[in-house]
Amino acid sequence: MAPFPLETIVGKFGTYLIYVLIGMGFGASLEMVGFGRSTKLTAQFYLRDMTVFKVMFTAVLVAMVLIFGAAGLGFLDFDRIWVPPTYLLPGTLGGLLLGVGFIIGGFCPGTSIASLSTLKKDALFFIFGLLGGIVLFGETSTFYDHFLESTYMGRFTIPDLLGLPVGVTVFLVVIMGVFALWGAEQIEQAMRRKDGDEVTAIDRKVSIGAGVLLVAGLAVMLIGQPTPDQLWQRVAAQKQPLLDQREVQIHPAELRELYYNSQVNLIMLDLRNEADYNLFHIKNAKRVAADDLGALSTELKAAPSGTVVVVMSNDETLATSGWKTLVAEGVPNVYLLEGGLNEYLAVYADPPLTSIPGGDEALRYEFIAALGGNHPASSLHEHADDIAFTPKVKIEQKAQSGGGGCG
Amino acid sequence: MTTVSHAKPLAKTKSKEKAASIPRPFVNPYLGGVFLGLVLFLAFFLTGNGLGASGGLNRIIVWVIDLAAPQYADRVSYLIQYAGGDKNALDNWIVLLTAGIFLGGLISGLVGRRVHLETVRGPQITAHQRWVFAVIGGVIAGFGARMAKGCTSGQGLSGGATLSVGSWAFLMAFFVGGYALAYTLRKLWTPAPKSK
Repeated sequence: MAPFPLETIVGKFGTYLIYVLIGMGFGASLEMVGFGRSTKLTAQFYLRDMTVFKVMFTAVLVAMVLIFGAAGLGFLDFDRIWVPPTYLLPGTLGGLLLGVGFIIGGFCPGTSIASLSTLKKDALFFIFGLLGGIVLFGETSTFYDHFLESTYMGRFTIPDLLGLPVGVTVFLVVIMGVFALWGAEQIEQAMRRKDGDEVTAIDRKVSIGAGVLLVAGLAVMLIGQPTPDQLWQRVAAQKQPLLDQREVQIHPAELRELYYNSQVNLIMLDLRNEADYNLFHIKNAKRVAADDLGALSTELKAAPSGTVVVVMSNDETLATSGWKTLVAEGVPNVYLLEGGLNEYLAVYADPPLTSIPGGDEALRYEFIAALGGNHPASSLHEHADDIAFTPKVKIEQKAQSGGGGCG
Repeated sequence: MTTVSHAKPLAKTKSKEKAASIPRPFVNPYLGGVFLGLVLFLAFFLTGNGLGASGGLNRIIVWVIDLAAPQYADRVSYLIQYAGGDKNALDNWIVLLTAGIFLGGLISGLVGRRVHLETVRGPQITAHQRWVFAVIGGVIAGFGARMAKGCTSGQGLSGGATLSVGSWAFLMAFFVGGYALAYTLRKLWTPAPKSK
């Protein structure tokens, strides 16, 4: 399934060739619509010629429908494609500056390169400025580091924001986009009428194209996105061995160490029923119903770099299925508590608790009161640190900022 | 599909020689948008990465700094990640993509007979004024692109198509920034108002 591990298929040279070809397609599309001319670009802001808006939004809508359509049909794994992470404030302020730079300088970075290739001197000067601006930013960024990393929301998409299914959001965005494009046509025509210029009606082929796009958006909605089980099937070949080789089941002593590690943002998820949770749980573990894990995964994916998620139940059955759900959803650094809370209590309850019989996923220790997280064995920090374990947690770092489109 | 543009159609009577030097009209914006959308989709489908432009420029300037002052590149934090030690700042896909933009633009320009050494400017300013504003705008845009961790391509197109919340906020801010100053700067781009 796409995206493909290109380097292993076509080698480094082949991969780079593909990037050059993609770049060529990009550069050619910018040039052929007139983005090599700064006057054509800035005309957008004087309402006579909205080519910038039309090209950009058409491209975004077409690519979006294809991406989510392919993901819905199982050709493309959306979790493995790069979504620019959201840093709301720096992103918005940066966008504002790019808009200002655009109206003063006549280009944005991509169009200036396409323009330079057709020997426009103003593009060359703009690029000099760009490079200067990049260096200026680099030299001064330490002064506002804090701001640059602020309002980080990670991989956060509009369906996550609205709480709507992906397909529905895609369809709504298509409707909104087509409406906005129609609006742009109306504004252009109104301005031309005001100038006393000739007004042409919208080309019939364009209307047909808009209709096709709307139908495609509707199809994406109807296809929907893969279910958790389908998602797991996609990664099973890669992830099931981790379970089988017990590489993700961590010993209670490792959990304790994670708790102490200041580099780690530990999130403990307790999947048991409320009754067991009230009898006993590890302090700071959050109770979540297994069915709610899918919805929670969005939040977990947006957690800061260095976050480790540990799921737990009384034994391993429930925790394993929860682990699968989160891993299939693409949450990084997920582990499960080895032997569950029964094992945890066997290791850490001091004095030892009375064990009682019970089947799989039963709490097999006797509690005379429901102390929940106030039980003496609940606090990870009160346990001795002399228990040996095989460390299994390998923290996968958050992709470096700018790792995708603009690294 | 026919190509429609606001340029005047070529007069049939013009000599061949003269017609060869006249730029062909631009492609219809919707057709161009569909083509760009397909390229964007292919970029995601094949590589998992979207499109970008400022990242490539960033690496090019870092490479130049590393060439001129390698010790400096090994000491400054934002340069180390690209060019620290014996890292080559240019050895990255985004640089190849940027080179591709140039090549693609050139080919399209040649086909469209639009490759001319010239300064494109509004009718009310001189070429020199245009250059000065181009540099100023470039500095602001370069600074903004690094702050937003992406430019109109990386954030706008790639993030727009993948429905990233931050990228849509970026896009709206981009248009707000442009429209906010458009009226004040109208002398740069528009014809002189007709005298009444």
